[in-house]
Amino acid sequence: MSDMTAKKHKRPLWYNLSPLNLPLPGLVSIFHRVSGLLLFLAIPFLIYALQLSLADQAGFDAVRSAMTHPLVRLVTLALVWAISHHFCAGIRYLFLDLHKGIDLPTARATSWLVFAGSAALTLLILVKLW
Amino acid sequence: MVNRIVVGAHYGLKDWLIQRVTAVVMAVWLVVMLGLLLLQGPFSFESWRALIGGFCMRAFTSLFFLSLMYHAWVGLRDIWMDYVKPVWLRLSLQVLTVLALIWWAVWSIALLWRI
Repeated sequence: MSDMTAKKHKRPLWYNLSPLNLPLPGLVSIFHRVSGLLLFLAIPFLIYALQLSLADQAGFDAVRSAMTHPLVRLVTLALVWAISHHFCAGIRYLFLDLHKGIDLPTARATSWLVFAGSAALTLLILVKLW
Repeated sequence: MVNRIVVGAHYGLKDWLIQRVTAVVMAVWLVVMLGLLLLQGPFSFESWRALIGGFCMRAFTSLFFLSLMYHAWVGLRDIWMDYVKPVWLRLSLQVLTVLALIWWAVWSIALLWRI
């Protein structure tokens, strides 16, 4: 601490910690967390939908028709993106755990890959689902 | 060791490892489900029920749900530890999270084996 105060910094120091100012791998990280929280909150609704869809024909039809509601479609879009991003970013983290892709250029490239891959997955699933 | 702060963590490798093992289980399940959706979908009520109701799929989906709840516990615990500073509030949120996850685990597996 003493050498810090010795320097002529103007205090207090203000850092821009806005998520939008994060480097690309940092964006992957914060979106991994946000998507994880979203998916957690969705669990009971998804279990309920699964229960309905497996109960009888009426329940199955109810889930199908509910999924065409605009608001439900919006939520579905968010959740499909969340699972796609969480999946892609999670695989990236598993590789990082194995010390693969640690250096900055590779880490940036795989971050782009996560964003592109999750966008493509989201599109693919939604096209098939709707 | 004496002045440990109560954060709800175990300070160990166990949860870190389980988070990754459960992630792999869920990733495989998701790839299988996506493959089935793309190859066999869209499903009718009968084909959907037959797909999930088969013994292997039932067991695999049960494993998926158990993995999901444990994985979510580790992730949510991290979030509470990072952002919620008052100990009483953090512990309350952690307890609520655990109870919700246990409830959802029992609910999801019970409904799978009732098909």
